Amino acid sequence: MSRIAGRFQQLASEGRKALIPYIVVGDPAPEVTVPLMHALVENGADIIELGVPFSDPMSEGPVIQLAHERALAHDVSLRDALDAVRTFREKDSETPVLLMGYANPVEHMGYATFADAAAEAGVDALLTVDIPPEEVEQVNAELHRVGMDNIFLVAPTTPDERITRIVQQASGFVYYVSLKGVTGAGHLDIADVSSHLARIRKVSDLPLAVGFGIKDAESAAAVAGVADGVVVGSALINAMARQLEAGGDMGQAQAAAIELLAQIRRGVDSAAS
Amino acid sequence: MNSEVKNNQFAAVPDQEGRFGIYGGKFVAETLMSALDELETLYNRLKVDEDFQRELDNDLAHYVGRPSPLYEASRWSERVGGARLFLKREDLNHTGAHKVNNTIGQALLAKYMGKKRVIAETGAGQHGVATATIAARLGLECQVFMGEEDVRRQALNVYRMKLLGAEVIPVTSGSRTLKDAMNEAMRDWVTNVDDTFYIIGTVAGPHPYPMLVRDFQCVIGREARAQSLAQIGRLPDALVACVGGGSNAIGLFHPFLEDEGVAMYGVEAGGHGVATAQHAAPLTAGTPGVLHGNRTYLMQDENGQIMHTHSVSAGLDYPGVGPEHSWLKDIGRVNYVVANDDEALRAFHTLTRVEGIMPALESSHALAYAEKLAAGMSPEQSIVINLSGRGDKDIHTVAEIDGIQF
Repeated sequence: MSRIAGRFQQLASEGRKALIPYIVVGDPAPEVTVPLMHALVENGADIIELGVPFSDPMSEGPVIQLAHERALAHDVSLRDALDAVRTFREKDSETPVLLMGYANPVEHMGYATFADAAAEAGVDALLTVDIPPEEVEQVNAELHRVGMDNIFLVAPTTPDERITRIVQQASGFVYYVSLKGVTGAGHLDIADVSSHLARIRKVSDLPLAVGFGIKDAESAAAVAGVADGVVVGSALINAMARQLEAGGDMGQAQAAAIELLAQIRRGVDSAAS
Repeated sequence: MNSEVKNNQFAAVPDQEGRFGIYGGKFVAETLMSALDELETLYNRLKVDEDFQRELDNDLAHYVGRPSPLYEASRWSERVGGARLFLKREDLNHTGAHKVNNTIGQALLAKYMGKKRVIAETGAGQHGVATATIAARLGLECQVFMGEEDVRRQALNVYRMKLLGAEVIPVTSGSRTLKDAMNEAMRDWVTNVDDTFYIIGTVAGPHPYPMLVRDFQCVIGREARAQSLAQIGRLPDALVACVGGGSNAIGLFHPFLEDEGVAMYGVEAGGHGVATAQHAAPLTAGTPGVLHGNRTYLMQDENGQIMHTHSVSAGLDYPGVGPEHSWLKDIGRVNYVVANDDEALRAFHTLTRVEGIMPALESSHALAYAEKLAAGMSPEQSIVINLSGRGDKDIHTVAEIDGIQF
């Protein structure tokens, strides 16, 4: 069983929901990433989603676009993401880590080279925003060869027959995108999310995590009421960016993100069945 | 040309997955997949629908002003020496470039789909103007994404779009040029996918865009082929067109692909020279990768990050290229070459002075290469060059380079 599957199984047996924070490797600065990952775990993260900086992050809203730009200003790329996970694993061999990013850096490294390096570093899964099931055959073969999960997105616009096709390729969990839009956007409609999750559950036993538009304890609690996991990204990144803009140092920025994560953890737990 | 490649292969691409060999495909976020499927299904139905084709042909004839002439530039030929030079006059189209051939077609698709709003990305502003124009005519809401740097370079076209009722949204992310405008248009589309049609301006993007934009632009090559037979008495020996995303080039080349005697040259923007990092020539100096929904040649660094590009012409200032061009390069059917900024500027001045035709800086790249090519050919031979747009929009850029202030 993969580390991700194991984590969801353990949480389910405890009647808890997964909290999955998203940060971008190298944002706000390269030296922050690994300490921040440990701090996230200490404050309630069950799985860590690491964004891999890309020059053209087409699915991101303004907050995460800026995070990618800050990381790229330090020349942080896919290799640095793998290094961060390798360092993180020196102290934490239990928390699953998935990489989220865009096709090109992985394609450029080569799928086989990436799979070997990622598995060696201790990465558990890959989520590429722009590799749909139609294009996934090669990368999936390499990920499965090294025992990594491939996390797929399902969107509000995904028809039922596509959901079936997606879950057949997916492992670990399924990531439901709560709204039509970019990361950090919009207003969450829980009834709508719930009805779409029901469509996925009809054809899959995989755990369902929900992301996009979760910004605080209240929205996290609402999502945790209907999903198996809650992904929160823009809100954490924004909390750090605002501290830095206000003249805070890296420590204060990290503290702001951690404080928000702890609140969201309480929100998630308050909804647990 | 690779002997294993049979001629009928040109009609067989893209395949059902939208692939041209290993290139193309549909590399987009899941939210957009069903919209792309819907577009593909509709397009496959309409491209054989007589009413749709009649409406399209009528618009091309009476709104765009097609067919565009094939003009023998004899004074220019005389000056250059060698082959006879013919210009396919896409600059004479309504709105002044080939872009409108495609926007007319896509706007008709939007109309058939019942979409009330269209969005577009634009570099030089020609595609933005062509989109704003057709939106005005059909009464559609129109927003155009344009890099902040291009908004500055192409102020005249920005104002034209505003006059036409479109909203121009300056894009401040990344390199603030065409690729970033395309990112922002994708972000808008993913947010407003229910009521919005994304009119992509070139033969790039996810399937079915490279196919349908090509099909709409092929009117250039179909006309040029018939005009060549009528005016020259046979097919031309060579075709030359500039390549940014590559829509005017594919439009000219495609109907000639099976004519083995016709050589083809796609001219990329060499900027300050391909030996510098200051250019926009992915086919000449790039490697395959994935951007904006398709696999194609890209300008990228050792980490797979997309590089900043440079060209004096905003319309060629793009780090990728349409996937069909990548395939045509690999199989050897089309030669991809470069013209640098200064060569294009010289050709701009030459054609303006000897023919009284002011070419767009994009098209000037094709003219610059055609001069070199023609000089090594004989007077019995002929070259057709796609004069893809007129140069009025570039007067400020040229004046600035010449040190002239208004």
